Amino acid sequence: MIEFNPLDLLNTLPILVLVSWACALLMVNVFVPRQGKGLMVLLTALGLAVTLILSIFQAGTQTEAFKGMLAIDDFTVYMNVFILASSLVALAISHDYMQRMGLARGEYYVLMLFSVAGMMLMASAADLIVVFLALELLSIPLYVLSAFARPQVESEEAGLKYFLLGAFASGFLVYGIALVYGATGQTNLIQIFAAAEAGVETPAFLLVGAGLILVGLGFKVAAAPFHMWTPDVYQGAPTTVTAFMAVGAKAGGFAALLRVFIAAFPAISVDLAPVLAAVAAATLVIGNVVAVAQSNIKRLFAYSSISHAGFILMAFVAFGQDGLFEDTIASVLFYLVTFAIASFGSWAIVIMLERKEGRGLDLQDYAGLGRKYPALALAMAVFMFSFTGVPPTLGFAAKLFVFRVVIEGGYYWLAIVGVVTSVVSAYYYLRLIIIMYMQDGDPQVRGETWLNLATAATAVATVLLFFFSTPLFEWAAEAGFLWF
Amino acid sequence: MQFELFDLAPLLVILPVIGLLVNILIGDRVGERGIGWIASLAAGLTFVVSLLLFFALQGHHEGATVPFLEWIRIGEFNVGWNFRVDTLSNTMMLVVSGVGTLIHIYAAGYMHYDVRYKGDPHSYKRFFIYLNLFIAAMMILVSADNYLMLFVGWEGVGLCSFLLIGFWFTKNPDGTDGHSNSNAAKKAFIANRVGDFGFLMGMFTMFWAFGSLNFGDVLGHGAVEHVSEGTILAITLFFLLGVAGKSAQIPLYVWLPDAMAGPTPVSALIHAATMVTAGVYLVARSAPLFHASHTAELFVMFTGAGTALFAATIAVAQNDIKKVLAYSTVSQLGFMVAAVGMGAFVAGMFHLVTHAFFKALLFLGSGSVILAVERGHHPLEGDGGHDDHHEDEHHDDDHHEVFDPQDMRNMGGLRKIIPTTYRVYLIGSLALAGIPIFAGFFSKDEILADAFLESQPVYWILTVAAFLTAFYMGRQVLMVFFGKPRTHAAEEAKESPPSMTIPLMILAFLSIFGGLINIPVIHPLTDWIEHTLGHDLVHATKFNWQVAIVSTLLALIAIGISWLIYGRKEIDASQPDPLQRALGPIFIGMRNKWYVDEIYGFLIIRPYERLSSFLAHQVDWTFWHDWFHDSGIAAGFRGLANFLANPVDLGVIDGIANGLARATKGSASALRLLQTGFVRNYALMVFLGVVAILSFLIFR
Amino acid sequence: MLTGYIPIAILLILSVGLGVLVIVLGGLFGPKRPSKRKSAAYESGMQPIGPGTRRLPVRFYMVAVLFILFDIEVLFFLPWAVAFRDLGLYGLIAMIVFNIPIIVGFIYEWKKGALEWE
Repeated sequence: MIEFNPLDLLNTLPILVLVSWACALLMVNVFVPRQGKGLMVLLTALGLAVTLILSIFQAGTQTEAFKGMLAIDDFTVYMNVFILASSLVALAISHDYMQRMGLARGEYYVLMLFSVAGMMLMASAADLIVVFLALELLSIPLYVLSAFARPQVESEEAGLKYFLLGAFASGFLVYGIALVYGATGQTNLIQIFAAAEAGVETPAFLLVGAGLILVGLGFKVAAAPFHMWTPDVYQGAPTTVTAFMAVGAKAGGFAALLRVFIAAFPAISVDLAPVLAAVAAATLVIGNVVAVAQSNIKRLFAYSSISHAGFILMAFVAFGQDGLFEDTIASVLFYLVTFAIASFGSWAIVIMLERKEGRGLDLQDYAGLGRKYPALALAMAVFMFSFTGVPPTLGFAAKLFVFRVVIEGGYYWLAIVGVVTSVVSAYYYLRLIIIMYMQDGDPQVRGETWLNLATAATAVATVLLFFFSTPLFEWAAEAGFLWF
Repeated sequence: MQFELFDLAPLLVILPVIGLLVNILIGDRVGERGIGWIASLAAGLTFVVSLLLFFALQGHHEGATVPFLEWIRIGEFNVGWNFRVDTLSNTMMLVVSGVGTLIHIYAAGYMHYDVRYKGDPHSYKRFFIYLNLFIAAMMILVSADNYLMLFVGWEGVGLCSFLLIGFWFTKNPDGTDGHSNSNAAKKAFIANRVGDFGFLMGMFTMFWAFGSLNFGDVLGHGAVEHVSEGTILAITLFFLLGVAGKSAQIPLYVWLPDAMAGPTPVSALIHAATMVTAGVYLVARSAPLFHASHTAELFVMFTGAGTALFAATIAVAQNDIKKVLAYSTVSQLGFMVAAVGMGAFVAGMFHLVTHAFFKALLFLGSGSVILAVERGHHPLEGDGGHDDHHEDEHHDDDHHEVFDPQDMRNMGGLRKIIPTTYRVYLIGSLALAGIPIFAGFFSKDEILADAFLESQPVYWILTVAAFLTAFYMGRQVLMVFFGKPRTHAAEEAKESPPSMTIPLMILAFLSIFGGLINIPVIHPLTDWIEHTLGHDLVHATKFNWQVAIVSTLLALIAIGISWLIYGRKEIDASQPDPLQRALGPIFIGMRNKWYVDEIYGFLIIRPYERLSSFLAHQVDWTFWHDWFHDSGIAAGFRGLANFLANPVDLGVIDGIANGLARATKGSASALRLLQTGFVRNYALMVFLGVVAILSFLIFR
Repeated sequence: MLTGYIPIAILLILSVGLGVLVIVLGGLFGPKRPSKRKSAAYESGMQPIGPGTRRLPVRFYMVAVLFILFDIEVLFFLPWAVAFRDLGLYGLIAMIVFNIPIIVGFIYEWKKGALEWE
């Protein structure tokens, strides 16, 4: 007889509300005929906002739900707030675009909500089975969303590619989970930790299992050599989906990486560290070097997104060393927020310039922006500086914290790779600025209240928050785990 | 705690920021005059604050640290926005804000004409916003209490330099439409990024070795003794790379001559008087570190001396009035770096101060000359005389397609036409050439005297460089001001307005009497800086008669030679340089800057561009997408399909052979259209990654 | 420890053996009157050779996906039904919760017309 604990429902209320809301919206979509164009957007925003408030109320909770399948702690709350806020921004920048491109269909919002639910589940997963479940709940709506501009071949191709490769990567994840289970007899993270500390019969199984889990999650965060889908999918998918995916999927992937590796695998961190370091270095080099030759803005940002995954992974390498895991968590979370803010801002500008049939996406289309739309160009420049890591932008602080963890972990060569590649990155970020300010052109911009608002807010945040880096970082550092 | 004058230090940064904010908000409403006033006032008040701090230091020579904001605190790592006020930083503050204020006033007059010649009067506001921003960043740099804050200022001034070099970013330096100015800005930024890489690596190493970036912890008494000499050497050499970037030393000096693309006040303020000296300040500030490693000192010294000579040879053969001064600046920076490298920190700082006076004077004077010639070439409305000679007419002007107002060959005889500019320019030139009683004589002589004691080779290199300095300044003054006007524009040149000439006169005064701040025998500056650097690092250099007489004689001889070549006979504008006959190929090398830009392009820039386009097009696209897909997977698949289709299926079925070929071909091209092969490629890549990771984990 | 696999091995050998036996027997005793159509490769009635990208009506995929969906639902029902008594009320509620999204999805595709053939 399984006992039912009503507290479980209370503790998982945000996710439950969000999923029920998504189901209800699906019904609204088919049963309410001729709905006003704003209805679905409004309801979606409402659902996200309610969930956000519920999540904030959970701050300070340290508990688990459903027999240890889920953990509700400060880390969960931090990630939930981050994910939900990001989704609200993603919603704000997509409304006008979907209308303009003729894609305004209610399913878009429902799929987005489901994916958000998957990300939230990812952040609170305390069991490998839930990790897998959350990963699929996160990914499958994204596959569909990538193909959302359906009659367009590029979008369909992106969706299919993402789906095929995603399924391939999920296979590795499941195989890894199976091997870990084989080695320890457990799928619960904390029990895996205990079993690994006590020593397992066949350590190779545990190691290989952990390695395969890394592959599965590394695919989601676009780490090399599992990154090759990124440029094609980012380019083909509707731009709002790309923006949502670039931040959300990365956040979900890193949330799971942090939770799984720090909670379950500290015992084998010494063996995993070289692999993580190599993956981080490869990601940095590939992302930054190939970005130099891109001429399409979406492909450029795709490679840029790969390189930022490399930076975050860099912070992750030393996760198992004594007293460093807190800084690792904090610097990864901080970097994610930094990346999200600058990322949404720059994608919003890309959306403003994009026109039908994929026009307006070439770097040359940004020529003359500085003269015609100085405020917009300034915002874009701020985001590029943040990506490069030039003070006074948030990106500088984020890189600083990451480098600090790397250096304290003793990976000097990795820090050098990071510095060198970020110098390389200055080249292509700067190139966009130069095109905007120093070449003549007549860019076509379609502004809209929400888009403008999102751009302005992110630009201001990028600069302003730089001066509050320390309190923010300390807030991130408080996002500890249930078990520590 | 009672209020102290030191607590004013944050105003150094806040005042210029307020100035630029006010200009952003109401600049459009107050007109040009208002903008110039606001910006100049902000700079001037900064100078007043610097002066107040100077008086505060009179009572407390040890200086003070003014905490302002907590910035970054992670565990042991603690960096704040603290302002360091001591005799060394105050010297820099006074120079930066003092010279900066004069240049603000000058620019208020100069830019009035410049924006009109460039056809964009709205840029006037933008210029002063950038200029105030620069003052703020420079103040952060000099008043920093730790290396990270210094780095913020360091990057900030780099950004301002980038913005101001590319100020007319749609134009070429001669005013036509093009990308030369923006390319110059890009070049400066990239060269500085290379230097910043050095600075960053130096900071990392420093943090690793000292566990702190605060001046107090790193430079404090005895701190360096706990760190091995190898580590110190690494830190200082990394810093040297940063210095080479910012202060334009070999091998990164190439950006500075191109930086002359910016408006002339910018050249004076940023690229002569203040920003480029940041490297010298960094070395002086880090004196205990550099002093701890003899090898590092040797490196710095020879880098500086080499740059001093190398740049001086190039300056000899330039025809652009600003290019001559630019290479001269590189050369003089070499003097300062060599001085701080040999441990003569005071001599370096002394030369920094006097150089700020006379080089700002020369640049502003050259700006006045250029403007005068330009106004002679096609006057603006209100200049009188040629009111019917409008701007849009000058394109079909009689004899000039493109007239370069900066080319010295287009000048000559300006002595009589613009006498005020001529007089102050002559004073600046004499100071730079090192003629006694002028400021440059004392500071340069102190460096030479120190070099004489420290290292004979460096002494001789610097002496030759000083000889060349006097020669090219003589050449410039003779070509610009003496003889007869060589063009119509030079005949019609007009003297600049008082807002420009008054700052010039003040600077001229300082160029004459600036040497008093460290006059031999009394050595006020030496005592002043000793309060900060300590007795071990500072020594008063005895005035060396032998050195002084040799260098003065050489300077006089050099000026004499230049008169023999350029002053005795009239030179025609189109005639080749008389020096070319004497020196032949050496002169060609000098004129073409020893082909350093071309060598860098060949060795670094082109290979890098090729590598990245090779990686993107060849490796990523041609190899992975096309070759591997077509030859590897598709061809393999096709081969398999052919095998299955031809021997296997064909053996079973007869009669459909004709349709078969078409079907195979069709499926292959359909395959390519669907691009499914790419997904296989990607999957294969994922798989290879998995194999690599797992084999490492298993066979480790 | 491998004894548990013996029945499977026997099954394998038997099925392979039977297949071979049937073909051999047919080859030995059956009449042989080959025609063009008879000696073509057997592909369940499909043309064995043709363009690989022939278009199929999208309805086939719709039906296939729906089939898999409900198939899996049934797959979950079976073990639940077996353990129904042990799971008790908790199990019942859980199964109801599990069914809600499926029903929602079902209503959605119904309203969208995915179940209409024409």
